[in-house]
Amino acid sequence: MATDPTRLTIHELSEAYRRGEITPTEATEAYFARIDSLDSRVAAYHTLTRDRALSAARAAEARYRAGTALGPLDGVPIAYKDVFCTEGVVTTCGSKILERFVPPYDATAVARLGAAGAVMLGKTNMDEFAMGSSTEHSAFRPTRNPWDLERVPGGSSGGSAAAVAGELAAAALGTDTGGSVRQPAAFCGVVGLKPTYGRISRYGLIAFASSLDHVGPLTRDVRDAALVLHAVAGADPHDSTCVDEPVPDYPALLEGGVRGLTLGVPREYFGGGLDGEVEAAVRAAIAKLADLGAQIEEVSLPNTDYGLAVYYIVAPAEASSNLARYDGVKYGLRAPGGKDLIDMESRTRAAGFGAEVKRRIMLGTYALSSGYYDAYYGRAQKVRTLVRRDFEQAFARVDLLVAPTTPSVAFKHGDKADPLAMYLNDVFTVGGDLAGLPAISLRGGFSASGLPIGLQLMARPFDEARLLRAAYTYEQSTDWLSRRPDLG
Amino acid sequence: MISRDEVLHVARLSRLHLTDEEVERMRQQLDAILAYIDKLRELDVEGVEPTAHAVPVVNVMRDDALVPSLSQDQALANAPDRAGEFFRVPRIIED
Repeated sequence: MATDPTRLTIHELSEAYRRGEITPTEATEAYFARIDSLDSRVAAYHTLTRDRALSAARAAEARYRAGTALGPLDGVPIAYKDVFCTEGVVTTCGSKILERFVPPYDATAVARLGAAGAVMLGKTNMDEFAMGSSTEHSAFRPTRNPWDLERVPGGSSGGSAAAVAGELAAAALGTDTGGSVRQPAAFCGVVGLKPTYGRISRYGLIAFASSLDHVGPLTRDVRDAALVLHAVAGADPHDSTCVDEPVPDYPALLEGGVRGLTLGVPREYFGGGLDGEVEAAVRAAIAKLADLGAQIEEVSLPNTDYGLAVYYIVAPAEASSNLARYDGVKYGLRAPGGKDLIDMESRTRAAGFGAEVKRRIMLGTYALSSGYYDAYYGRAQKVRTLVRRDFEQAFARVDLLVAPTTPSVAFKHGDKADPLAMYLNDVFTVGGDLAGLPAISLRGGFSASGLPIGLQLMARPFDEARLLRAAYTYEQSTDWLSRRPDLG
Repeated sequence: MISRDEVLHVARLSRLHLTDEEVERMRQQLDAILAYIDKLRELDVEGVEPTAHAVPVVNVMRDDALVPSLSQDQALANAPDRAGEFFRVPRIIED
């Protein structure tokens, strides 16, 4: 084995498999060896699926030997956020209420990667029910950022981002409801892609906010994001909101550059709360994209700040309804001692949910309750229309938007104990979810202290090919990918 | 300002037992969050259509055909209290 397989991207690894330099079993064993030595410090994983992984790796290996490999993902070790149902493998969603839940089926995204030959290494840690921006709200333990273990990896897909950044998986799947793929990708210096709403099936995803939940890959580079998207995208009879649009061959469409594209720079994304180092890095990236031939134009998304307020009504409202299913009857925890059904349910939910989940259920129930519905939920839905129109007007003039992913680099554990301070961290990512637009975060530089800075690109609905092409063009023009976190 | 009684009312609707300490903390935190959200009142939304979904997909139809689904055993496998082929729950109707 010439190279350490844990250092390779998906496309490099599958090339090495094809040439017979590395086998899927060797790569899978190398990943578990690395996880065994490092994950006690990072805590990226909640559950490891070692036996299942090794048997899948051996099957892939046999296919490579027989010349019948399934494609670029065959034998590639991948991690799944613990929000995805995995048949026969405990799926907790980061919550005590589902601590022992074993789903009877696979999520569509998991099934599609499995059918493409991907090897599941395990399930990654997350903020409980995907509610959080730091992975500190996991009911089990916080995940740490591989670039600086004192800092958070972001969230809620923090375990997935830390696994990819720490070279504990070749790639991972996460979910993005208010920024939960892009924000941890930015904090951990990996690529995080949130495609158009309806591009990837939500079937088998434990629901948080159904009109906002998106599945997305976290990868080492843009080409890998294109490979994973291509494997999981497309209509699904199990999810009627998954749109029947053709799936382009994304990896084949990365070349071609940015000449002739107009990139919009939204003025409101460079406001008061933005950290100076992040702003400087993003401005430098925009200048680089101009050097590469893109036209740059300033645009305005005047309702950006209101988007965050809309999000913190709509998402908790939908969550309060979705989480009503945890009633101690069909699955999950049941607390003892309930004197009737309502008492049993109320005790179960009090014991099973953490503080942030309770807060969001309460907020959502309040916003939907009689007398407050029009003032909160009804108004938020109307302002959501205004946010969407901002993007429509911008995209009438420009092809893509370019902006920071987050207002700052990764913060320290415990720094955002106030719930509202944590929420404000999502200000640049919620817009893409509210409008359902495809958006990607990739490395746009580093702070003086060596922490990654996220560069965000956004596109029109179903224009992932152009989004990925611009991201790839930028990525190839820098040497940001040469840096690795030092985990020993 | 959200009152203690409103917090208790919403907790009942949410099926959440809260301790006295949790009720007070929740009241303060919801107050702060709602104060932030109140900025939505600054906007004029007269005549604006609400958005429920980002992608306009309506009435996706499929054939009404039988397909395999979960077996009874699979559906009951995660139940915290199972009695034969039923989910067992505490008494709902009084004698």
